Order: sequence, then structure tokens, then C-alpha cells
Amino acid sequence: MNGALPSAQRAAWCFVAPALLAIGVFFFLPVAAALVMSLTDFDIYALADLRNLRFVGLRNYAELLQTPLFWRALGNTFYFVIVGVPLSIAASLGAALLLDARVTWLKGLFRTAYFAPVVTSLVAVAVIWRYILHTRYGMLNYALSWFGIDPLDWLGDPHWSMPAIILFAVWKNFGYNMIILLAGLQSIPRDLYEAADIDGAGGWAQFRFVTWPMLGPTLLMVSILSMSGYFQLFAEPYVMTQGGPVQSTVSVLYFMYEQGFKWWNLGVASAVAFVLFAIMFAITLLQLRVARGIDA
Amino acid sequence: MERRTALRYLSAGALAAGLGACGRTPDDGRVVLRFWAMGREGEVVQQLIPAFERLHPGVKVDVQQLPWTAAHEKLLTAYAGESMPDLFQLGNTWVTELQALQAIEPLDAYVAASPTLDPRDYFGGIWNTNVVGGRLFGVPWYVDTRVMFYNPELLARAGYRELPATWEGWMQAMRAVKKLVGPDKYVVLLPHEEFAPLLVLALQQPEELLRDGGRYGNFRSAGFHKALQLYADMYAEKLAPIERVSNVYHEFGIEYVSFYISGPWNLGEFRRRVPPAKQHLWATALMPGPQGPAASLAGGSSLAVASSSRHKQEAWQLVEFLSQVDTAAQFNRLTGNLPPRRSNWHDPALAGDPQARPFRIQLENVRPEPKVPEWENILAELRVMGERVAHGEIGVAAAAAELDAKTDRILEKRRWLLAREARA
Repeated sequence: MNGALPSAQRAAWCFVAPALLAIGVFFFLPVAAALVMSLTDFDIYALADLRNLRFVGLRNYAELLQTPLFWRALGNTFYFVIVGVPLSIAASLGAALLLDARVTWLKGLFRTAYFAPVVTSLVAVAVIWRYILHTRYGMLNYALSWFGIDPLDWLGDPHWSMPAIILFAVWKNFGYNMIILLAGLQSIPRDLYEAADIDGAGGWAQFRFVTWPMLGPTLLMVSILSMSGYFQLFAEPYVMTQGGPVQSTVSVLYFMYEQGFKWWNLGVASAVAFVLFAIMFAITLLQLRVARGIDA
Repeated sequence: MERRTALRYLSAGALAAGLGACGRTPDDGRVVLRFWAMGREGEVVQQLIPAFERLHPGVKVDVQQLPWTAAHEKLLTAYAGESMPDLFQLGNTWVTELQALQAIEPLDAYVAASPTLDPRDYFGGIWNTNVVGGRLFGVPWYVDTRVMFYNPELLARAGYRELPATWEGWMQAMRAVKKLVGPDKYVVLLPHEEFAPLLVLALQQPEELLRDGGRYGNFRSAGFHKALQLYADMYAEKLAPIERVSNVYHEFGIEYVSFYISGPWNLGEFRRRVPPAKQHLWATALMPGPQGPAASLAGGSSLAVASSSRHKQEAWQLVEFLSQVDTAAQFNRLTGNLPPRRSNWHDPALAGDPQARPFRIQLENVRPEPKVPEWENILAELRVMGERVAHGEIGVAAAAAELDAKTDRILEKRRWLLAREARA
């Protein structure tokens, strides 16, 4: 028995070794290299000649915390997450409930239509959205004018650019969570609703006391996934506004991209990546803690 | 599972790349020249290649077209990944950056030995943008400077027979136009996504934009202050619209805007996109200057040979071919891009074009931008600061001070390198 275990272990190690090797080479090594890089001032001069590389310790981090644009990017990202995630989940849940309702016709058609934005190319829909959001010729402002609302400069006014980006992102992404939530809804046993019906529960009470608690784990997963996805806001401002107007849609990732790939300040960009990682890690922990608290 | 799939893709990719590399080597033993060109130029230049290949039977040119928006990143990534082409087009403000990387070859010896390429035939300011530390790193391919596109008919209605030559006169003319068009329309278009209009105003002032040999920002100078103030005034007086304009040709037609500081490519665009019935509603003129005509920016694209190329001689032959007067004339007809050689401007097609004339005059008075590798980054800060001033978020003096602080920080590494060089 004692002799058998090590050989079984050895076999196990042999089996996982290729996977571990791949993870080590393609994941841990780059992460470690990025961590080292974040402690240097790697830039185009260093790219030309490594003797131009300086080890700067934590200076990248210290300077980052003193960069107004970084804080602004952080603020913009939080704005996007705090408004965008609940809105997106609410839209997904609403759509999923409608699709799950017995009275809905043409479920297949609606399911496809709501899911279509998720799989269409972001760049193509961004072009269309830029027309929709146009101040003088856009459909959205035209619709608002029916309610007597003056035209808004969606992509030109720093106060409205982020709401416009959120609107666009929610529209683009809600279909994905909708599918997950729909699966969650369909796995709720129907007899629970029948029992609630017999007890005299109305539509709202059924949602509140049957659907909501039964959907809890799915909602938790969806919220964690959405949040980590929304924290990585990049493509929407990249194609719609290039971070403008007046840097009101610069996200942390967009900031990192500009530092890293536009100006080749790879040291600073790596530091941004680790700060973003720390933030997302902390928030996910918090989310799990809260979820556990609710369960208990 | 996911990682394993990733691995499989990777090995498949490596295999495909290997096969691709095999496929590229021509069977006939010709030298393959890899040539990267951007945007429309990359598309059009392919029509000029067959003539070159006929002249040089031993060479086959493989043109790859890059989008302008990704070109800068792509070149740097190619350099980092050691996959540079043999020769490439580059914006002439990037020359210093690629020279700092030692990614491009000095061309002085090639030019000196060339029978067809005469530096004196080129516009001096434009040629100069390719010279770093006394050595030449690129040959101008086409030129870009900024002039004023304006609506002469509307200006005449406002009481001006021609565009005033000074800032003061220009502002008065714009105020008169604004009175005509009313509060819902504007006069001058200064797009927030372009740094050029503000940069042109700044270059018209005598002060350098960076001081102490490109070690510090010089944006707190009196000259830059005046330029930024003018820019701010145009927004404060509602002469410039704050909103984005997506189709300037349409907006010109409906008089939403009637002045636009822009470059040569818009000659073709205005001709093509403004309806025939409204063609008389646009014209070009020299930019008004602080006290009369002044310098403008020395932009454009150059052709450079990569230091890593194994076929530099052949690459140079292509540079030489594309720089010939007749090739340049053909290129001008195909693209509308303006040629950098004075000889081409004797061509009746260019000499007889009234809308091209302001460009011809301006090209004799252009001013290179500061030659530091960080300049693109500083320009991006300049653009953002212009936008913030336009939105009234920051005052002119504070903006200049902040721009200096940002620039000084961007140039920190450069100062350190220069100091180390001086010590050594």
C-alpha cells in the first residue's frame, strides 16, 4: 500500500505535467515577467538597447497613484461597472422572464434576436450606434424629441458619453446573460410554482419567494462574470469615442493600452495591469463573502 | 481543456506560418522585397510596382497595406518582434522615434550616389524632417501641410472679398459670418480628434515648442499662450461647434461650418464629395498668421529602409524609383497626394490648379516639429489639452502649465539618457 502510492502519484504527475508545463510557460511565466517589468521603466529606449533600462522599484506604482488620468480612468471604470452591471443583469433577467413566460409567442425568434448583438462584430454595430447617437441626425434624439427633450450630444458631451457607452454595452451584452438566466429559470421545478399558486401567491409573490431564491446561485455567477467583464471595459470606448470627449470614457484598460502599445511605456502599463488585477481580486472576494453571508 | 486547445492552435499556427514562409520564397530566385505602405497609398502604390519590376527583373515586390490607425503600433511591434519589412512608408514625425530604435538605415551615402535624386529639388522644411543628428533617415514621398479650406461665397456675403491674412482680421471675418448664419450654425471646424489645427497655430508663433534641446516643454511661452488663447476664443465666442461633425463635406454645403484647417488629401475629397452644384462653395487660402502669413506644419510621409533588411540595395532602388519625377507625377494623379519635389509642381495639372496653389506657397514655409522620439505622445497631450480648453474645463494659463508639467515628465527618460551621454 505504502509503496503503491508514490508510483500512482508519479503517474498522476506524468499526466498533469504537460498541462502544468503549458500553464507555466504560457501563463505564470508571462505574469512573472510582467511583474518584473512593472518594476522597471521599460520603454522604446530600452527596446533599442537594454542598457537603457532602469530598475525603478515601486516608482511606477507611486507615480500612477499621482496621475490624475489614472484616477479619472478608475472613476470612469467604476461608473461603468456600478451603473452598467445592474442594468445589464436587469435587462437580461427581464428578457429571460419574458422568454420563459408561457404566454410569449415566437420564443425562438425573440431568443435569436436578443442574442444576435452578442455575436455580431462590435466594430460594425459601433458604426450603426454612432449614427443612432448622432446629435442632429440620430434616431435616439429624434425619439426623445417626441417627449419634448432637447437633442443631447451623446458622444460629444462629457456628461453623456459614459451613459451612451453604457447603453451600447448593455445592448451588446445582455443577450449572453439572458441565455444563462433562461437556463436557470427553466431548471426551477414547476411544482414549486404550483404549490405557491395553491397557497394563493400572486405573480409578484411567486417571483419574490420562488424565482428569486431559486435563481440565487445563477445570479451570483452572472454578477461575478459580468463584473469582471465590465471592469475590462476597452473595446466600446476604443471604437466609439477613443477615450473622449475630454477623457470621459478612458477606462483603466484603455489607459493601459495607450501606455503600453501606443507609447511603449511597458513598465507603466504592467503596473496598471497589476493594480487592476488587485482591484478585481478584492471585489470578487467581497462578492463571494457577501454571497456567503446571504446564504448563511 | 482550454489550455490544451490553445496549445494545439499554437502548434497549428506555427506550422501554418512555416508553410507560409516556404510559400513566399519565389521559385525563380528573385529577391523578395517586403514593402509596407499605409491606407490609400498602400492600395495605389501597387499599380506602380509592375513598372519597377520590369526595370529590375531580379526583384519581386511584396506590398502590404496597413491601416493608418494601426501603422505606428504595427511598426513598433514589428521591430520588437524582429519582423520588419525591407522598406516602409512612415509618417515623417516618426523618423526620430525609429531612429532612436536604430530601426532605420542612414541614407546619405545612397543619396550622394544617386543620379536621379537631387536633395535641392525638395522643399527644404520637408526634407529636414527626415534629418536626425545631421544624417538622413528617410526620403520624402509626399508632403502634407495645412491651409484653410473656406466658403468664399459666404465670406463674400459677410463683406469680405478674400480671407484676411492676420489672426485679428480672420476673427473679425468669422464674427461677421456668425452674424449671418445665426446661433444654430457655426463658422470654423476644429475637430477634437485632430491635434493639427492647434499645432498649426502654435507653429505660427516664433517660440520653440520644446526648450533646452528637447529636454523640457516650452508651452508656457508667450507665443503658445496666444495660440491657445485664440483657440479658446473661437469656442468661447461660439464660432466653433463643440459637437462632433461626422461629414464635413455635407456640413460645408449647408453652411453649418465654413472654415476648416486641413491638408492636401481634402482637395480630392472636397472635389469628390461636395455635390457639383455646390463646388463653388469651397476654396483654399493660406492660413492667416499672427501678423500675416506664417509657417505651417511640415508633415507628410517618407520612405525608409529598415536596418534589419538583407536587401538594402534593392530597397533603395525602389525608394529611388518612387522618388523619380515621373513616378511621383503618376502617384499624384492616382492619389491626389502632393509631391515633395519642386520639379513636379511645373506640371500643368498642379501648376494650373488654383486650389493647390496655397499649398505650393505654404510648402516653401514649413517648420519641422521638435525631433524627440516622445513627440507623438506629447502631441496626444496637446490634443487633449485643446479639448479641455474648448470645453471650458481649464483656463489657458493653467492648461499651458499643466502641458509643460506633463511634457517634462514624458521627457524625463530622455534627459537621463542625455545626461548619461554627456558624462560618458
